[in-house]
Amino acid sequence: MFGKLTLHDIPFDQPIIMGTCLGILMVGAAVLGLITYLHRWRWLWVEWITSVDHKRIGVMYILLALVMLLRGFSDALMMRTQLALAGGGHAGYLPPEHYDQVFSAHGTIMIFFVAMPFVVGLMNIVVPLQIGARDVAFPVLNSISFWLTAAGALLPNIALGVGEFARTGWLAYPPLSELPFSPGVGVDYYLVALQISGIGTLLSGVNLITTILKMRAPGMELGMMPVFTWTALGSNLLIVAAFPILTVTFALLMLDRYAGFHFFTNDAGGNPMLFINLIWGWGHPEVYILILPAFGVFSEVIATFSGKPLFGYRSMVAATMVITVLAFVVWLHHFFTMGAGANVNAFFGIATMIIAVPTGVKVFNWLFTMYGGRIRFEPPVLWTIGFMITFVIGGMTGVLMAVPSNDFLLHNSLFLIAHFHNVIIGGVLFGCFAGMTYWFPKVFGFTLEPRLGKAAFWCWFVGFYLAFMPLYVLGFLGMTRRINHYDNPAWDPYILIACAGAFLILGGIGLQILQLVVSIRTWRERRDLTGDPWDGRTLEWSLSSPPPAFNFPLLPAVEGLDAYWTSKSAGLSPGRSAYEDIWLPKNSPVGFVLAACASVGGFALVWHIWWLAVLGLVGGIGALIASSWREHGEVCIPAAEVARLDHLATVFRVRN
Amino acid sequence: MRHFPKGLRAVRCATIILSVSAGLGGCREGVLAPAGPVGGAEDQILWETFGAMMLVVVPVILMTLGFAWWFRASNRRATYRPDWSYSGKVEFSVWIVPLLLILFLATLAWSGAHDLDPYRPLQSPKKPLRVEVVSLDWKWLFVYPDYGVASINELAVPVGAPVDFELTSGTVMNSFFVPQLGSQIYTMAGMRTRLSLQADRPGAYRGLSAQFSGDGFSDMRFTVRATDAAGFANWIAAAKASPGRLDNAAYDRLAATHATAAATRFGAVEPCLFDHAVAVATSSARRPMSAMNGVMCAVRRVQGTS
Repeated sequence: MFGKLTLHDIPFDQPIIMGTCLGILMVGAAVLGLITYLHRWRWLWVEWITSVDHKRIGVMYILLALVMLLRGFSDALMMRTQLALAGGGHAGYLPPEHYDQVFSAHGTIMIFFVAMPFVVGLMNIVVPLQIGARDVAFPVLNSISFWLTAAGALLPNIALGVGEFARTGWLAYPPLSELPFSPGVGVDYYLVALQISGIGTLLSGVNLITTILKMRAPGMELGMMPVFTWTALGSNLLIVAAFPILTVTFALLMLDRYAGFHFFTNDAGGNPMLFINLIWGWGHPEVYILILPAFGVFSEVIATFSGKPLFGYRSMVAATMVITVLAFVVWLHHFFTMGAGANVNAFFGIATMIIAVPTGVKVFNWLFTMYGGRIRFEPPVLWTIGFMITFVIGGMTGVLMAVPSNDFLLHNSLFLIAHFHNVIIGGVLFGCFAGMTYWFPKVFGFTLEPRLGKAAFWCWFVGFYLAFMPLYVLGFLGMTRRINHYDNPAWDPYILIACAGAFLILGGIGLQILQLVVSIRTWRERRDLTGDPWDGRTLEWSLSSPPPAFNFPLLPAVEGLDAYWTSKSAGLSPGRSAYEDIWLPKNSPVGFVLAACASVGGFALVWHIWWLAVLGLVGGIGALIASSWREHGEVCIPAAEVARLDHLATVFRVRN
Repeated sequence: MRHFPKGLRAVRCATIILSVSAGLGGCREGVLAPAGPVGGAEDQILWETFGAMMLVVVPVILMTLGFAWWFRASNRRATYRPDWSYSGKVEFSVWIVPLLLILFLATLAWSGAHDLDPYRPLQSPKKPLRVEVVSLDWKWLFVYPDYGVASINELAVPVGAPVDFELTSGTVMNSFFVPQLGSQIYTMAGMRTRLSLQADRPGAYRGLSAQFSGDGFSDMRFTVRATDAAGFANWIAAAKASPGRLDNAAYDRLAATHATAAATRFGAVEPCLFDHAVAVATSSARRPMSAMNGVMCAVRRVQGTS
């Protein structure tokens, strides 16, 4: 009836896990209770859960990322405190079977359920606004994408209390992840969760590419798109090219685990090296999927707050596209130590370094954007300058490891850990925070409190250096990743400094939460009535904050770069005559229902509850079919109503 | 802006930490304290790449801070050029500077990958010592085919002579790594990888697995004992005197024990044990493959002696 699932799979004897679960359940119950108390269920369902508005979906993506950041960061703190306690022959407080789950969950959650939804959420909100579109190309599909990502994020958190999570590291290398070495349900949770969210990501990639290519405002040629939109295009092209590799690779591993196949097993002709090549065929482009939109954010921020156009627009676009292509020819640098020949290693080492050229061009162009500018040090700028300094160091250590002989020494060491946190925190995460602060007033109509924002930045910035510079040193001292305890007094001081750094970052996160709370409580004082709080340059700032559901009452006519800046400087007010009826897609519950089916079916698959898995599959397909029978998928906003809303917004903005 | 001095302080902090890491050349262990030619050559390339990149990285960081500070909105002495967004000369430089740097580093990558290819045997007038390495859950087995002895978690090598390793895994992937000697290489079931290292200074060096391999991974450590020729001969003699005998059945029992182990020596080893280890790891039906492999090994040995 319940497959492999029994009551014994809930670790009642583990106080840490049970306490955490109890905490999560209580917070969850409190939130549900609050919604009931405030009679907000209907509001939640209509305005958010079934919404197909790209801005709302973007907000939900980012909310998911922030919640998962708390989970992933708790894992990080557990690892740092474990190591701080586990030197000199001590065992620490996390035994290997628990610790191995913690670092696997940390990596999986941070990449798939923090960085990815954050970046996708920003693209979702901003891209249509920047190109003058009224929504994405496929709004219902967009909702499906989000809810599948959320369903994927749910499973590793269920694994916390029911069964176990993978103990294999975040990429689940076979043969360790094969049945003989990982007989538990942990790897299955990992595979099923990432398959579900991976499909969501792929669909969202298709959606955004179509949006960018087909839905730009009249007159906006490709060469007039804002740089953030260009980087979003590069990122989504990579998603569409790379995520199928991930899906297939995991499908093969699932066949090994569920159906006794031998793709990656030690025996019967399987070959784990195949998996390692395939997974990095996805994994390396993934790095650029994350960083390219962050580059885009920094480009927008630095141009806006310098009061200048971005320096070298064409170079920036070229660099973005060169990175997009090169992202696919460097994957082997993740395993120079697997015994490939010298020519192969040298080829991939040099290909990797070549990516540093367009990346370097970008850094220089940001520099020359600042040159001759009038830089206002608002929080988004602090994140950007913090990024430029940090990322240059991270890039350097990356090129350092691209030299195969250096990698022979540093592969899998804490030097590597320091390197990729250097580029992911200093690059992707700083970019996400910069973007969140920058576009927050556009989405919610009020700015975030800047002093707490700056304080949070300094905690993150200094905390980052404290937490990760010692890891570079530990890498040189021969410390390898994923160690649970150690016996080497030379490492002690560095491990303690790193732990202190992690707590400083915790302070930064606390300040960010406080910033959100304070900003919401004082939102009336910090309202953005102009729609253009930063003196922006791109089309999203031509709209009221928040924009109406249809974004643009009149589609803008674009004649060049920085369309809004040009019309502002020329003192042009867009002609307000020919309003037309606007058709908006209706809300749709299909994404939510599909995700509910995927969660239930996925859970059932993990525990071999076959009848429930089939039920989930049938339910999901049924929901899709049912929703495609819907005949009236759109609702009309008459031209008169559009005109009235636009007039109201304009009067409001002029008066203020 | 009053925030910037704080920024400078943070950066200075970072620089201090960086220079601490740069000062590690003088430390007593890890990859920056090489005890052999491989590690030494790799460290030299490491410093060359690091130095070359600092030539660009330091100016970029200084320019970032300098530009941000000088062009702050409150500085009315700075010239505001609101439309300046293109300069052919600057554009040319921003492409050419990274390109030149990467051209230089590419030569290092090319020569490093070739000269320090783990499969390339070290050139030496001395006869290399052959060692066969098997990674197991969660211990290292070292077989000395020329001496007929084996050890667990303890690797003895003579100073000044190359050691040619042939490696495989009796379990999941691991990575054989002695930081002070240089290059690491993966061990994989059913496959043989190769590595040549040499210790030039006597000493005890830490060895470990650098590829996560399961719950006992953290204890998968071994000690490399590098001694002079006499010391090595003594170690071999002591090993030969050890009572333990490692035949195929004993190996299978060892491989099936999923636990770490104390350093142990075996005075006698079945001649084709390594081939057996390669074979059994990939076959679910153990015996037939192993037998066939044994024959092949015997054939090779005959060919090798003739």
